[in-house]
Amino acid sequence: MMDASPPLFKDIDKGGPAQPLLVVRGLRKHFLLKPGLFQKNKQYVHAVEDVSFSVAKGKTLGIVGESGCGKSTTAKLIARLIKPDHGSMIFDGEGVAEYGGLELKEFRRKLQMVFQDSYASLNPRLTIEQTIAFGPQVHGVSKDQATNLAHTLLDRVGLKPAQYANRYPHELSGGQRQRVNIARALAFQPRLIILDEAVAALDKSVQAQVLNLLQELKEERELTYLFISHDLHVVQYLSDEVMVMYLGQVVEKGPVERIFNTPAHPYTKALLQAIPSMDPDHKTWVSPLSGDPPNPINPPSGCRFRDRCDHAKATCHTVSPALSKVEGLSDHVVACHMNDGFSQPHLEGPL
Amino acid sequence: MLGYFLRRILYAIPIALGVTVISFVLVYLAPGDPLNAIAPADAPAEVIEALKSAYGLDRPLVAQYGLWLLRALQGDLGSSIASGRPVSAEVFSAIANTLRLACVASFLGVFMGCLLGGIAGYNKASWLDRLATTCSVIGVSVPHYWLGLVLTIVFSITLGWFPAMGAGPGGSGEWSWDLEHLRFMTLPALTLCVIPMGIITRTVKALVSDMLEQEFVVSLRARGLSPFAIFKHIAKNTAPTVLAVAALQVGYLMGGSILVETVFAWPGTGFLLNTAIFQRDIPLLQGTLLILCMFFVVLNLLVDVVQPLLDPRMLRT
Amino acid sequence: MHIQNASKLPPANKGYWFTVFQQLKGERIAMISAGVVLLIVVAALFAPWIAPADPFKASMLKRLLPIGSEGYLLGTDELGRDMLTRLMYGARLSLLMGVLPVFFAFVMGTSIGLFAGYVGGRTNMLIMRVLDIFYAFPSVLLAVAISGALGPGMSNSLIALTLVFVPQVVRIAESVTTQVRQLDYLEAARMSGAGTFEIIRVQVLGNVLGPVFVYSTGLLSVSMILASGLSFLGLGVKPPEPEWGLMLNTLRSAIYKAPLTAALPGAMIFITSISFNLLADGIRSAMDIKK
Repeated sequence: MMDASPPLFKDIDKGGPAQPLLVVRGLRKHFLLKPGLFQKNKQYVHAVEDVSFSVAKGKTLGIVGESGCGKSTTAKLIARLIKPDHGSMIFDGEGVAEYGGLELKEFRRKLQMVFQDSYASLNPRLTIEQTIAFGPQVHGVSKDQATNLAHTLLDRVGLKPAQYANRYPHELSGGQRQRVNIARALAFQPRLIILDEAVAALDKSVQAQVLNLLQELKEERELTYLFISHDLHVVQYLSDEVMVMYLGQVVEKGPVERIFNTPAHPYTKALLQAIPSMDPDHKTWVSPLSGDPPNPINPPSGCRFRDRCDHAKATCHTVSPALSKVEGLSDHVVACHMNDGFSQPHLEGPL
Repeated sequence: MLGYFLRRILYAIPIALGVTVISFVLVYLAPGDPLNAIAPADAPAEVIEALKSAYGLDRPLVAQYGLWLLRALQGDLGSSIASGRPVSAEVFSAIANTLRLACVASFLGVFMGCLLGGIAGYNKASWLDRLATTCSVIGVSVPHYWLGLVLTIVFSITLGWFPAMGAGPGGSGEWSWDLEHLRFMTLPALTLCVIPMGIITRTVKALVSDMLEQEFVVSLRARGLSPFAIFKHIAKNTAPTVLAVAALQVGYLMGGSILVETVFAWPGTGFLLNTAIFQRDIPLLQGTLLILCMFFVVLNLLVDVVQPLLDPRMLRT
Repeated sequence: MHIQNASKLPPANKGYWFTVFQQLKGERIAMISAGVVLLIVVAALFAPWIAPADPFKASMLKRLLPIGSEGYLLGTDELGRDMLTRLMYGARLSLLMGVLPVFFAFVMGTSIGLFAGYVGGRTNMLIMRVLDIFYAFPSVLLAVAISGALGPGMSNSLIALTLVFVPQVVRIAESVTTQVRQLDYLEAARMSGAGTFEIIRVQVLGNVLGPVFVYSTGLLSVSMILASGLSFLGLGVKPPEPEWGLMLNTLRSAIYKAPLTAALPGAMIFITSISFNLLADGIRSAMDIKK
């Protein structure tokens, strides 16, 4: 199953390959804005609104959207770094909300995250080796074993331990630091890794290397990825499924080929059109998105995209569309009134 | 903005309250019965009892505190055990003396500090800068009570230019701003001014050299603005911070003058505090502490409130 | 899969403090100050063996001999005791009174600040507000008041000074902890499943100690001056113990007859204090360049 490093933790695969690794239902998070001394009404930032999806084992789900659409907040909610106001989560067949104490600790081991800012996510006072070894030690691995594991992983991600193990973060380049972050996540031998804009800050050439590394690791260790990005090229390269978010809501989700070739939501279409075209015959002149950028404090009623949508109708202003199947396919859903006329009730069960 | 002010004032109240509690409770920290200061050890029991109830020492501590606070709010801080005079009168006349000394010393110190700091800031890394910085380091490192002694030795004993002690001919009676009294004030003021001088020099030097490097000053120079006009510009920008620090220095000197006042027998609050401590004069001690600290709390509040008015960037939550 | 490195990496560094020390060696003023401090510390430590006379041996006939007298290099004090010896022995108590409160404040202040900063929320606010009350008093006043309330004596002064410095150290520690807490690597630490104490110990402490240490070194000179000041007022060390501040006090009446001798103890306080300050400044700039 894995390369040279022997498994340090026992992982029982519950439920088999058909059961999704992660199921999220109705996640909601509103942040309270600090009120002024004389303000009476409380104002909230509607960061995440009724987000539901699932991720199959061994697959990569890409989450895309503009800044402020709630992708990172969703990631933090899943990682249980912040508490949701509402919603449930099932990880590997068990409800997470009920976790506490030892169960939470075990959950933390199985679900890891790689952050965008490679520099801020490494403790400037610890050596690379110490940073990577910290995780396993928390879960009972001895210091020597953890250090050995750290060296093995450094080697695996392409950093020679002899040269890098005793260095400090500020001595490494951005790409090298992200490799360290990946090694750190791997040290937990997790099931799921959330990559929150993990390659966004890297140069293109370095990005390619890191993406390839991620792809290899996924196959080697049977990992599942949640890949958050605003860069559609990268998402297309790495993902099996793609989920599009807008202003805190899921607007579309489906297999990567369908999303990129036959998108159903006007926002998805606009995003794809905004990618600069490589074809000199089809130049991008007009910005596909019109209207003001959205305000998450007072989101529009009904469909949140209506102000920027060319096809908005009366219903779009009043009724919020639910996710419905596209062309009858169960794995491609969209939240838009234009799909099949009116929205159909969203069905229970894995998407 | 209004919200900030209200919050700031509201916030000062628990602090003030805390100050009163500490001022009151501090004396009871000492081992031994406070009564020992009032009554001789061999007094008969009835006398001790009478004294106890007269001073309210037979009530529970909280009640004593409440009573004390209530009377204090009405201006009555009790009477000094040693002199029998009302505490508030003693404290206020002492405050007047310390305030005069602190203001003069602050003024001197701030003036010198601005001068030195400005020179240092303008001529960064030259010998002037080093000289000014040295003065500043000396200012914060010198034990001021020692400095007072040294100045006394040089100017009073050896040269005879200034008197060594006291606040005026014939004791601490009336003060007037005449040459005679100023001669008494010279040495203590010079001693005290070293502290604010050190701090202000550092502050001004940092501000000025920062400002000179900022782009808008460079662009002013490039446009040919005269050095004096640039100086006015810089002065305007640095004034709020300097004023705030200066005001706080006055407060610090008010509170921290005790050592210098002891050296020069300057009849201020520091000297009074010293006396109260050694004579275990409880009402005097509590009263002096209370008024001094209240002064400092109010001063801090004023600075926090006035500073944003002068420079909106300094708004702190 | 191995990545080729374009540049040759420098040899792995030997650690943070080593580099700071290297940097410090280049600063001449700081090194001179360090030398002076070292000299004084050595004199204090070895006083019983290297001092010329008995610090307590008084002689009414030999009172206030001037500096450079036969057999008494720095003269004698108002009770006929050798000044050089008294100064050397005085270094012990003066240094102790200066360093100990800062050390205690460093330990206590960092702990409280770490806790308040990490926990955040209402607990943090409560702790900081309570400390603000102490902050409202000027240091000298607070030290004198507490010391005066507790009564004269070395331990009481130590307590008073520690209480004066703790709020200041807490302020710095809390501020840094709060900043660090929001950084990504703290979130990563939380995601590891580690407990609060483990996270604080491994991830947070190292980052907080630096700034707090720098601030504390700056406090050393203030502490020395304050401690000696308390003794000068009669609130600290009690006679006949030799201590610079106390010596200033007892020699005060001698300023008319032997002014230079009377000023000596204060000169020692000044020299030590300024050396501490210059050294602290040097350490601060050495640490700055590194980070």
